[in-house]
Amino acid sequence: MKKKKLNLRVLLTYGILAAVCVLVFVLIETGVASRQFKSLVVPLCVNMMLALSLNLIVGFLGELTLGHAGFMSVGAYAGCLLSVYLEGTMPMALRLPLVMLFGGLVAALFGLVIGIPVLRLKGDYLAIVTLAFGEIIRSIILNLDFTGGAAGINNVPRDIYRGSNYLIAFVLVFITLIVITNLVYSKQGRAITAIRDNRIAAESIGINITYYKLLAFVIAAFFAGVAGVLYGHNIGQLDANKFDYNRSIEILVIVVLGGMGSIPGSLIAAGLITVIPEVLRTFSDYRLLVYAIVLIAVMIINASPRMQALRARFSVRRLWKLIRGRRRKKEA
Amino acid sequence: MSFISNLIGGLSLGSIYALIALGYTMVYGIAKMLNFAHGDIIMVGAFTIFTAASSLGGNPFVAILCGLVTCVILGVLTEKIAYKPLRGSSPLAVLITAIGVSYFLQSVALLIFGSTQRPFPKLFSLSPIRIGKDLVIKGESIVTLGVTLVIMAGIMLLINKTKIGKAMLAVSEDKGAAQLMGVNVNRTISITFAIGSALAAVAGLFYGLTYNFIGPYTGSMPGIKAFVAAVFGGIGSIPGAMIGGILLGVIENLSKGYISTELSDGIVFAVLILVLLIKPTGLLGKKIAEKV
Amino acid sequence: MKKAICMLLVCALLSLCLVGCGNDGNSDYTLVIGGIGPTTGVAATYGTAVKNGAQLAVNEINAAGGINGMQIKYLFEDDQHNPETAVNAYNTLMDKGMQILMGTVTSKPCIAVAEVAREDNIFQITPSGSAVDCIKYDNAFRICFNDPDQGTASAQYIKQQNLAQKIAIIYDKSDVYSTGITEKFEAKAGELGLNIVAKEAFTSSSATDFSAQLQNIKNADADLVFLPIYYEAAAYILTQSKSAGLETKFFGCDGLDGVIDQLGEQNAAAAEGVMLLTPFVATAEDAKTKKFSQDYKAAYGEMPNQFAADAYDAIYTIKAACEKANVKGDMSVSDICNALKAAMLQIEIDGLTGKMTWSANGEPNKEPKAMKIVNGIYEAM
Repeated sequence: MKKKKLNLRVLLTYGILAAVCVLVFVLIETGVASRQFKSLVVPLCVNMMLALSLNLIVGFLGELTLGHAGFMSVGAYAGCLLSVYLEGTMPMALRLPLVMLFGGLVAALFGLVIGIPVLRLKGDYLAIVTLAFGEIIRSIILNLDFTGGAAGINNVPRDIYRGSNYLIAFVLVFITLIVITNLVYSKQGRAITAIRDNRIAAESIGINITYYKLLAFVIAAFFAGVAGVLYGHNIGQLDANKFDYNRSIEILVIVVLGGMGSIPGSLIAAGLITVIPEVLRTFSDYRLLVYAIVLIAVMIINASPRMQALRARFSVRRLWKLIRGRRRKKEA
Repeated sequence: MSFISNLIGGLSLGSIYALIALGYTMVYGIAKMLNFAHGDIIMVGAFTIFTAASSLGGNPFVAILCGLVTCVILGVLTEKIAYKPLRGSSPLAVLITAIGVSYFLQSVALLIFGSTQRPFPKLFSLSPIRIGKDLVIKGESIVTLGVTLVIMAGIMLLINKTKIGKAMLAVSEDKGAAQLMGVNVNRTISITFAIGSALAAVAGLFYGLTYNFIGPYTGSMPGIKAFVAAVFGGIGSIPGAMIGGILLGVIENLSKGYISTELSDGIVFAVLILVLLIKPTGLLGKKIAEKV
Repeated sequence: MKKAICMLLVCALLSLCLVGCGNDGNSDYTLVIGGIGPTTGVAATYGTAVKNGAQLAVNEINAAGGINGMQIKYLFEDDQHNPETAVNAYNTLMDKGMQILMGTVTSKPCIAVAEVAREDNIFQITPSGSAVDCIKYDNAFRICFNDPDQGTASAQYIKQQNLAQKIAIIYDKSDVYSTGITEKFEAKAGELGLNIVAKEAFTSSSATDFSAQLQNIKNADADLVFLPIYYEAAAYILTQSKSAGLETKFFGCDGLDGVIDQLGEQNAAAAEGVMLLTPFVATAEDAKTKKFSQDYKAAYGEMPNQFAADAYDAIYTIKAACEKANVKGDMSVSDICNALKAAMLQIEIDGLTGKMTWSANGEPNKEPKAMKIVNGIYEAM
């Protein structure tokens, strides 16, 4: 019975997301959508992928990392460099999946190599070490020749931006969503959440802590890498400075805002964080001020214990029950 | 000679980090939250002193007092408005709110003072000390180091020897139990934030005196570096923040001097990682026994 | 249920920017010029200067009757110095009916926008995007010098004037402008037999403390420090080198303009003797610059920097080209672009940043002036 309910919930997420995608598709293809709207679609998908993957570490594994942008940059550079190299030798339909996979795998490899030593740290110490790794990666990219240093790479094929190729971004979001939900609701996923809830208890029933921590870390790094490749092919260039700790924090903001361990939450929050600054353009100079106020307000409304209690009292579900209860009483 | 010069440069940089890290670690140790907006309170402090010094006739003490008062009020207010409603929810939620506060302070400063950096008033004239021909020690550096040491000692005395200090320790151990023992938790946390923000004002003063320029984003980078320093020394530990800050500055300067200025960002972080892998709770951090 | 509501909320927000701003319709009477640059974030100084400098020119032109009888409608969007946001800003402006693009201010976002602007074939003129790739397509022109040229010119000038034998460089490893100049400067210096004794870097995350770099330069016994950086970082370097007792000459490029005001009265001594190769100085004595500096100071409360002057020139360049090509407000974006592309090669502008003509690759032909700061003001060398 319980299992069925879970599946229903997941299916609902899929369904709503698919409906939104179809809606966006219709809006764009019928020409109703503004250009600003169109240019937001892919960045939104990138943020969704990043948030989903970071949620695996922060929400489900319960570890704080501040280096997610580092994995994104490794994947982006690996995938985009390969794409530049392969451009013209094969059709886009073949090249794009190949470079995405490559970018993801390189990022996953970095996740593995970095994960083995650092995952024995906990809490803020892990956060700082991952932040440090992110900054080291940035520093190295700025100093290497083949990454272009500060000039970065400027000739990444802009496959995603042109035409109706934003659909590729939808597909990638769905793949990320399906893989991560399946993982979370599988045996492995339960092991991962068990580690979050009580590490020692999990260990005592024979869960291999290191293995599952690494698993979550590597998968998250993989999707961050793919998101990086997607980002590069949308904007057509890479700049190491855009993958600094501020970017990691931005992703963390999405995850926490959406609720740790909530997959639909990550998707919705990614939408909010991408769209709000653009909607606020009408405030011109006050844009970031309003953004900051909105962020604080949403956090307080969403996460404060008192507000949560209040919301529980006036929730739609409760209201529904109340009405139904009354009706039943009347009938009786 | 150049080694000593580099070492002195590192100490001067490190004492600024340490001063900021003290505020960071104190708030963390007692309120158990990472106050990412701490760096921006430093910026506010520096700008207040800047404004007060240019409009109130240039008496340095009045200006500093203005800075202190503004930061204390700001710190307590942000705690009441932005952090207190989230007490009891996940620490990460508070962290994100702190980031929001940080954006808020930055954009307010941007709107008021504009994006151009401002020259910080020279409130005191401190002449540099010259030893021999090549060695120059800036007056500001010595004062910063001295003040940081005094503040560290002061905080340790406050926490370990006074009644309010005991209350702070109790709150940091267990809020519920502290309340049952008659400790006013809200007041204690407010006082913690007041002291932390006052420290930020002091840090803003010395940052301005040492580096001469302030802008709306002045606080964010030192804030992150000080966070690193605080973790390096063992977050929550007062002497740890001091040692972490100083070491971070020295390592940064020596790696610029002797290895490579191009890679120095990376080297500093690599050393940090190495230290944390050997001592997973920082240099002076307490090892927390886990309960099942 | 809650989720569905949230999703709806997101959709509502999305649709807000969907319908937000309709095109007012291009009429004969207005010409819409869009500007993009960072007005928030760490690069905000540059974007704000461009926004203001261009606004000044627009006000003047509109007061004097506009371009070909059309009033300019000038719109400016923030890009936070981020390529992705810059493309969003560009598309927002297109939604608002932009016909000519004056931007973007910083190089990396400019490259990203140039890609999209080419697809629309919109006329683009960047006041200050100095990386070579900013104007790689034929619809794009620029006002400022490009990075490689500045590096080469600096090395040549130092050699010609025999300013130094042992040169040290302090550059920003994380900035395109700075690395671009440095690379070409080194190459040219090597060619000319100048000796580079120290090459010291910093990054955006360590741009306030230069004690180690200055110590290294002291150890290398350099007699000139080349600063291919912006004036904010230079202000730190100059004040710190004074207190560290470093007695060298300093030489910079156009990014250094603004350093006098940045240092302010109390640090003025640190700027003494600094040399720079720049097309614009705010304190120049000619009538045009004087008027511009006065108006700018009156409107925005601070002295203009090179970015503001570039933007001011950019607007007047657009005006001259539009008049040459007889552009009308009801022409399509692409038609305007084609007309202006041809006109750009024929016009000559006598602007704040010198006399300029353009070649088909979009680069301006103009002469930098060598300046030296003496008693707190620039003097021609």
